[in-house]
Amino acid sequence: MTSERRLMQGNEACAEGALKAGLQFFAGYPITPSTEIAEILSRRLPEQGGKFIQMEDEIASMAAVIGASLTGAKSLTATSGPGFSLKQENLGFAIMTEVPCVIVNVQRLGPSTGGPTLTAQGDVLQARWGTHGEHTIIALCPASVEETYYLTIMAFNYAERFRTPVILLMDETIGHLRESVQLDKYDKMKIFSRPRPWETPDKYLPYAAEDDAPPPMAVFGEGYRYHVTGLVHDESGFPCTGNHAAIDRLLRRLNNKIMAHQDEITLYKDTMTEDAEHLLIAFGASARSAASAVKIARREGIRAGLLQVQTLWPFPEKLIRQKTLGKRSVLVPEMNLGQYAREIKKVVSDKTMVVTLSQIDGRLFHPNKIVAYFRGEERHAEIL
Amino acid sequence: MPKSFNVNKYLRMDKMPHIWCPGCGNGMVMSAFLRAVDSLQLDPNRLVVVSGIGCSSRISGYLDFNTLHTTHGRPLAFATGIKLAEPTLEVVVITGDGDATAIGGNHFLHSCRRNINITLIVINNYIYGMTGGQYSPLTHKGDFATTAPYGNVEPELDMCKVAESAGATYVARAITYKPVSMEDLIIKALENKGFSLVEILSQCPIYYGRLNKKGGAVEMLKWQKENTVSMKAAAQMAPSALKDKIITGVLSSRYRPEYTEEYESVIQKVQESVR
Ligand SMILES: Cc1ncc(C[n+]2csc(CCOP(=O)(O)OP(=O)(O)O)c2C)c(N)n1
Ligand code: SF4
Repeated sequence: MTSERRLMQGNEACAEGALKAGLQFFAGYPITPSTEIAEILSRRLPEQGGKFIQMEDEIASMAAVIGASLTGAKSLTATSGPGFSLKQENLGFAIMTEVPCVIVNVQRLGPSTGGPTLTAQGDVLQARWGTHGEHTIIALCPASVEETYYLTIMAFNYAERFRTPVILLMDETIGHLRESVQLDKYDKMKIFSRPRPWETPDKYLPYAAEDDAPPPMAVFGEGYRYHVTGLVHDESGFPCTGNHAAIDRLLRRLNNKIMAHQDEITLYKDTMTEDAEHLLIAFGASARSAASAVKIARREGIRAGLLQVQTLWPFPEKLIRQKTLGKRSVLVPEMNLGQYAREIKKVVSDKTMVVTLSQIDGRLFHPNKIVAYFRGEERHAEIL
Repeated sequence: MPKSFNVNKYLRMDKMPHIWCPGCGNGMVMSAFLRAVDSLQLDPNRLVVVSGIGCSSRISGYLDFNTLHTTHGRPLAFATGIKLAEPTLEVVVITGDGDATAIGGNHFLHSCRRNINITLIVINNYIYGMTGGQYSPLTHKGDFATTAPYGNVEPELDMCKVAESAGATYVARAITYKPVSMEDLIIKALENKGFSLVEILSQCPIYYGRLNKKGGAVEMLKWQKENTVSMKAAAQMAPSALKDKIITGVLSSRYRPEYTEEYESVIQKVQESVR
């Protein structure tokens, strides 16, 4: 990357960030508003000896990404709502088998085919709970083109370090936004790769790890000859359906290996939160509207501040508790009916009012809508 | 007779006994596959066996190779990722008729079309064994299943014909009744540089056998013998004599460019032009 500024689209920043993180394999299926990521990578990956494949559907794309990752390749897939729904079963497989990979969901308006070119943030809870069964997931959400680049790299770093799928939850606005960016400041970012086994194959237990860590991962073809299954398994990797202690250990470890590192996984930005009476908590495109609203409000003498959450999941409970302490109100503008606001409400003190500001008409939040709330004029505000 | 060799060296003996019912055909297919691996002296470290979900798909857990037990219907999609990312690995998918043709039908079509160098072995027991005997796309019309209590209303699919017309470059049908030919047909599939299908007619005495009054494993194997004709023998027979017979052997074999090689050549071209 040269040190020049470049005009770049969010989806392009995602593709470039993935390459910067060491991407070697992409499998996907075209869907608006994510398609540019596939198009760019179909051109860029072979230039670097990497592989691109357009699979027959999103289920297959997710499967191919896991297969490729088992051969040691850093792997990515990108989609939007309908495709994100289709990926859920194999996403759970990647969680259970601890196969690192990154899944981008450039959110459109749903449910169903909904609005392919309309912006929305309706998949916030699907990102958290889309696949069945008790599980823990990491989901990152960028609010600008530059952040998309940075968070894509972080998504790969977390996926590799913790051996888990990571979701990059974009929205149509950010995916298609063009901004001038300077990316060379990220050139020195540390790039992580999955932990590898150091013991010889005869001693390798593929799923043996500390209670809060991922196990080292051997690559298919290296001589370790191990078994990977989506069934509950013990340290040997083989099914252990009758061994409830082993099942308990496995499921708790899958949670702990992420939660033990929550502080470092929690990424955010804050603006004028210290003296704020009214704290806005926002993410993705609506964080941009919130940032403008804070400026307008401050000009009008309203003490507003913004906490922009970049790591949506695991839910940054500690951060939210700290930042909301003593605030008069917490306002959560999001392009859904309060999915994240309700999570926030659960951890905020009863003395602080939590208000959801919603917009679900396919248009980006207008800052005036937030300011209107302060003037008591906003219809789509609901006190939780 | 097949030359005698110790199957055990390719098995994870500590995972025995296997989960299959007495008389099940899955073990017979597993041992034919291992004899084929031995004949070709494939390197166990470079061999990946991918399976779906079902009784047959449990084979992967018993084999001392790189093994991946995936989600129902998706083993070919996982295998495609493995093969494209690392074409030097030998990739084999072993799965059931339901897994391959119902929920996995789409991946089956497109794997054939790409002619990606993967060998697909489908153990066709005409039924969903693992879930207790429901009908599959390969269950014959009129046959009974727990979800076809009045006889199957749907006609069956000929997956070999589908494979051939979709672009697979080697298509064979074997029967568990003839283990030597089963091994031979698997060897040829492994040798083919492209997508290969070996459909193996097998027996599930517990569900298909019982529900259809086909008797035990021995009677079911006899049924195979009586109702199948090899390609070679069929060539000498009158069409009337072949009515209702299932043809076995190599049904089709041809050359088409292989997917991962085609992709490699794209990489080379692109890299030259970038330089
Ligand atoms: C998505 C999904 N749907 C359904 C099932 C339940 N299921 C498990 S195995 C199976 C059928 C297996 O039949 P087949 O592939 O013919 O293999 P067999 O057991 O006969 O060897 C089904 C429907 C599942 N595991 N996953
Ligand atoms: S149910 Fe049928 S297919 Fe499954 S193990 Fe038993 S005999 Fe084999």
